[in-house]
Amino acid sequence: MSLLRVEGLSKAFGGFEAVRDVSFTLEAGERLAIIGPNGAGKSTCFNMIGGQLRPDRGRVLLNGEEITGLPPRAVWRKGVGRTFQIAAAFGSMTVVENVQMALLSHHGRARALFPLARALYREEAMALLERVGIRDQAERFCSVLAYGDIKRVELAVALAHGPRLLLMDEPTAGMAPAERHALMRLVSAIVAERGIAVLFTEHDMDVVFAYADRILVINRGRLIAEGPPERVRADREVQAIYLGSSVEAPA
Amino acid sequence: MTKRRGLLPAVAGLAIAGMTASVPGETAETIRIGELNSYNRFPAFTEPYKKGWQLGFEEINAAGGVLGKQIEVISRDDGGTTGDAVRVAEELVVREKVAFIFGTFLSNIGLAVADFANQRKVLFIASEPLTDALTMAKGNRYTYRLRPNTYMQTGMLVDEAKDLGKTRWAIVAPNYEYGQSAAANFKRLAAEKIPGVEIVIEQFPALGKIDAGATVAAIEQANPDAIFSALFGGDLAKFVREGTTRGLFEGRTVLSLLTGEPEWLDPLKDEAPVGWIVTGYPWEQIDTPEHEAFVAAYRAAYDDYPRLGSILGYTLAYTIKAMLEKAGSTDTEAMLAAMEGLRIESSPAGPFYIRDLDNQATMGAWVGKLAVEGGRGKMVDWRYVDGEPYMFPAEEVRRVRPDLQN
Amino acid sequence: MDPGFLFVQFLNGLATASFLFMASAGLTIVFGVTRIVNFAHGSFYMLGAYIAYTLAGVFMEVAYGAVSFWGAIFLAAAIVGLLGVLLELVVLRRIYDAPELFQLLATFAVVLIVQDLVRMTWGGEDLLGPRAPGLKSFVVVLDRRFPEYELAMIFAGPLVLGALWLLFHRTRFGVLVRAATLDREMVGALGVNQALLFTGVLFLGAFLAGLAGALQLPREPANPYMDVNIIVEAFVVTVIGGMGSVTGAFLAALLIGELQAFGILIFPKITLVLAFLVMAAVLIVRPYGLLGRPQAESHAAARAGAGLAAGTPLQRSLWMGLLAFLLLLPLFADEYSLKLAIELLIFGLFAFSLNFIMGWGGIVSFGHAAYFGLGAYGAALLVHHLAWPMEAAILSAPLVAGVAALVFGALCVRLSGVYLAMLTLAFAQIVYAIAFQWVELTGGDNGLIGIWPSSWASSRTVYYYLTLAVTLAGIGLLWRFLYAPFGYSSRAVRDSAIRADAIGIDPRYQRWLAFTVSGIAAGLGGGLYVFSKGNIDPEVLAIPTSVDALTMVLLGGVETVTGPLAGAALLTLLKDFVMPLTLYWKMVMGGLILAMVLAFPKGLVGILGDRLPGLQAAPTGRERPA
Repeated sequence: MSLLRVEGLSKAFGGFEAVRDVSFTLEAGERLAIIGPNGAGKSTCFNMIGGQLRPDRGRVLLNGEEITGLPPRAVWRKGVGRTFQIAAAFGSMTVVENVQMALLSHHGRARALFPLARALYREEAMALLERVGIRDQAERFCSVLAYGDIKRVELAVALAHGPRLLLMDEPTAGMAPAERHALMRLVSAIVAERGIAVLFTEHDMDVVFAYADRILVINRGRLIAEGPPERVRADREVQAIYLGSSVEAPA
Repeated sequence: MTKRRGLLPAVAGLAIAGMTASVPGETAETIRIGELNSYNRFPAFTEPYKKGWQLGFEEINAAGGVLGKQIEVISRDDGGTTGDAVRVAEELVVREKVAFIFGTFLSNIGLAVADFANQRKVLFIASEPLTDALTMAKGNRYTYRLRPNTYMQTGMLVDEAKDLGKTRWAIVAPNYEYGQSAAANFKRLAAEKIPGVEIVIEQFPALGKIDAGATVAAIEQANPDAIFSALFGGDLAKFVREGTTRGLFEGRTVLSLLTGEPEWLDPLKDEAPVGWIVTGYPWEQIDTPEHEAFVAAYRAAYDDYPRLGSILGYTLAYTIKAMLEKAGSTDTEAMLAAMEGLRIESSPAGPFYIRDLDNQATMGAWVGKLAVEGGRGKMVDWRYVDGEPYMFPAEEVRRVRPDLQN
Repeated sequence: MDPGFLFVQFLNGLATASFLFMASAGLTIVFGVTRIVNFAHGSFYMLGAYIAYTLAGVFMEVAYGAVSFWGAIFLAAAIVGLLGVLLELVVLRRIYDAPELFQLLATFAVVLIVQDLVRMTWGGEDLLGPRAPGLKSFVVVLDRRFPEYELAMIFAGPLVLGALWLLFHRTRFGVLVRAATLDREMVGALGVNQALLFTGVLFLGAFLAGLAGALQLPREPANPYMDVNIIVEAFVVTVIGGMGSVTGAFLAALLIGELQAFGILIFPKITLVLAFLVMAAVLIVRPYGLLGRPQAESHAAARAGAGLAAGTPLQRSLWMGLLAFLLLLPLFADEYSLKLAIELLIFGLFAFSLNFIMGWGGIVSFGHAAYFGLGAYGAALLVHHLAWPMEAAILSAPLVAGVAALVFGALCVRLSGVYLAMLTLAFAQIVYAIAFQWVELTGGDNGLIGIWPSSWASSRTVYYYLTLAVTLAGIGLLWRFLYAPFGYSSRAVRDSAIRADAIGIDPRYQRWLAFTVSGIAAGLGGGLYVFSKGNIDPEVLAIPTSVDALTMVLLGGVETVTGPLAGAALLTLLKDFVMPLTLYWKMVMGGLILAMVLAFPKGLVGILGDRLPGLQAAPTGRERPA
């Protein structure tokens, strides 16, 4: 059974069909990238899997269990962690508190009225920060963090409940190239050590081809190519979409 | 008016102040009285009232004061809400150590301060609230009132209309206690006194927000013979303009509470609704010596003419004087005893007394018709109607007043 | 009913709608562009009427006629427009960067100042202006008279709408206004001089308010209650229409005008609450009003709100000192000081409960009086009708308020921003109307009296200690909740709802719970309040009570924990100090509030925190690298 199975996913906004009949699967331990030009429907796809959007048609199955149309919190509870294209963190909290927040929720104590939140699951949170490499930033407020560091905070937050699947929407957007590779190496290592899967979208083709086991290409809402990097790279239609240029070019 | 202490400075000074207090409300030279009213929120009525009592006490003090002492009034704004008013009353009693308090305009504030007075065992003379409840269902032995209440004034108007043969009546009143109780009183008294009376429509626009066009059209549609109104202020002006233009008042009798009071009549200027039967105050035409003296003194002091509030305030000052002289001290029980049946033989409004049964004065009101003369409204064919016959029946007072139960 | 009457009543509704629209158009434009909730709009309206009264008097003395009359009307509107410019230049411009809604406090201060200024200038009596020359009479419509002026005004509303449409579609200024309404930052990015645009918009908004007020002159006297009477209705129209949408305001005005004209035939007392009922109904079905759109999320991604930090030693010793002072107060304070202290503690709890959702949950309530007042009424009714003892009544107060908060909150938290705030206001007004109208139960606007403490607590000192214990417990609990996971969850939802949802926190549910907790705490305050006063009336549920709470929170500092307490203390003591000093205490209060707004745009505690880091360790990480 595939970890994630997407069948015939479709979504229209008004008359505009943002995603049309997209199907694919994702196995545990796999790194799957979705690429495509701006407005191709990548984020819409992502948001339908994550629960932020309800699909018009199609199904999403996690380990064979249907999660179609569940709200984000329910999808999360099923073992999906995600990061956002525009990094979303709790700006008024410190880095470690952001992670603690996710841990509190995971342990079902997010609405506890009396214990002091700072003291709860702190060590666990610090360990996660250690793992994503920003333990030294633990006491800083997210609102003053560099963007790249916020992306790492998001990753730590997404990992807090031990997800089986990571959804990462443009994990390296806004980062310098060296930083991008560092982050993706980290993600790859985590995927490997935890035996989980990651589905990500990415603009940087370098990153895509370096870290994806498999690639989905979406254009105008439709899946037009799928396969390992070499095959996608060679695909004519894909090349045409990227303006005829070699696919490696855009950086 | 006087110095004031906040919470923090109080901390320093109060221990001392507490030790020096003796008889409340009295020092060697003065008798201190507290006063509070909605000066900021309802200036149109309260300013003339304030000038009235100030003039009264100035005259009294100039003539040697009361019991050989000068009267000192500590006056406060009551904030226009019950919450503030009760706090201010407390401040007057505790900090200023006044002998008793008087004032208030709105009915709800009057009732709240009356209840405070009852709780703190302080004499309270309500000057302007009209609500019947103040001397009836929510009356208490510490609270008195001079002004004729809604029931009395409505009764006077109904008497004017009872022989006119009008049976189909419309009621329009502002949607709050005064308007609602005026409407209820009217229904009750009209049923008693006007044969075959029928209320064909009632309109209760929110205070200050009358939708005059729609209200006038609705009343017109019900085709009444006569209208009873308790509107005042901006609502009244809107209603009069719309109604006049649309011909609502043509061929119809209109009874209107308070409309003849200069406070509400004068702003209407030459658009005052001719022929309306109203309660009010034709100050320029009252020629008793007491009243003429009052008007002269008032004009000399303020270069302005008196309103209803003015004569009320002025009369109140002299009522207080009479009460203190009868009581002989500022001891609350003595003052309460003095208030019982207190007779004022001469006042600008004529003689009256305070009925000990319900603590309501028998002071009456002027009832007449409106006319326009020289570009302004005035009352004609008016007469002063003594309040006594229009008071609540004694049996009813005994039934509803809580302090008269068993 | 006969058709002639129905038609005339329909015309009456149209005329009312026209006036409502003109009074609201400026408000919605100003909000659309500047996002300022402008309380002073009502003041502009009132000033329009007064200035037109004076000008018309002068002009028509010189030459009686239509030219003089209409000249006075438009000149008055223009003068008011310039006053709007003055407000923008002198006040608003300095505080655009302050936390959301802080500008509201400034405009509220302006309302207080203008009220007293008007009174000083024109006196307290109503001033009936002239009728419009040439429009004094009536026309006969289906055998019924209809005033010419009202008929003319039926056309004036659409005329203004048309003029605004031309302005917005045919001029550069208008196009910018529309663009800014859709996306304010985009316009800034295009290199448009934003300051100039705002000045222009304030002129337009104030001009329209002044015009609407001036046009009232032939209908009602200029009077000192015009500002308050119109502002709430104008807000309602604006919100029903969708904030920023002029056409929406027009539709909303039509809806209210007609419902009112026909509603009074069936429910003669409906004007008190009709507009709020319509608003609640519309917002429940359409969360952004008839023609409104969700506000474009600010690109600066929700400026980070305040954070929490552990107390510093300095803070702790200050708190211990304050506690000791409060405990010892009865030893050296007189009864009145204790009364003041009781009030202050209760308002402290009330303001703290508001900020529990406002500052720490991003839920602004314009109707928090409902929960405070329902607590008070709940306790009072139990004492009055069922003769419950004080202790049980006070304990029931938070329950009554909590149930209301639970029900209203469920509907409110589906909305956001100003729409949410206005829905809370609508519910508060509905509760107010019930308390006002249900005379048999509540005593109507006279209220209930004789709600005094049990005999053991009737001594002022005992009641003070009781209040101290209960309010401190209430504040202490809320405070603890802020530092507990519950408060963190609220804050998480405020900071980023999408992120919260993606880690398993249901934003709406969390907001609902926080709203309810806040309502419970406010109700507890209300229960204590009623026994401290001995009486209760609908005033406690009315808008001024909600505005007081907002003022306390904003004055003290919305992004602080202790700000609301400081704000409550400040406002209560200030009022107590200023009121006896002068008849014009509102103006003095307004002036002081305005001065503080300009001097401390983060609120009192906010500014203290910046100056003295030891005092308020809560950091407010504002600057966020893009």
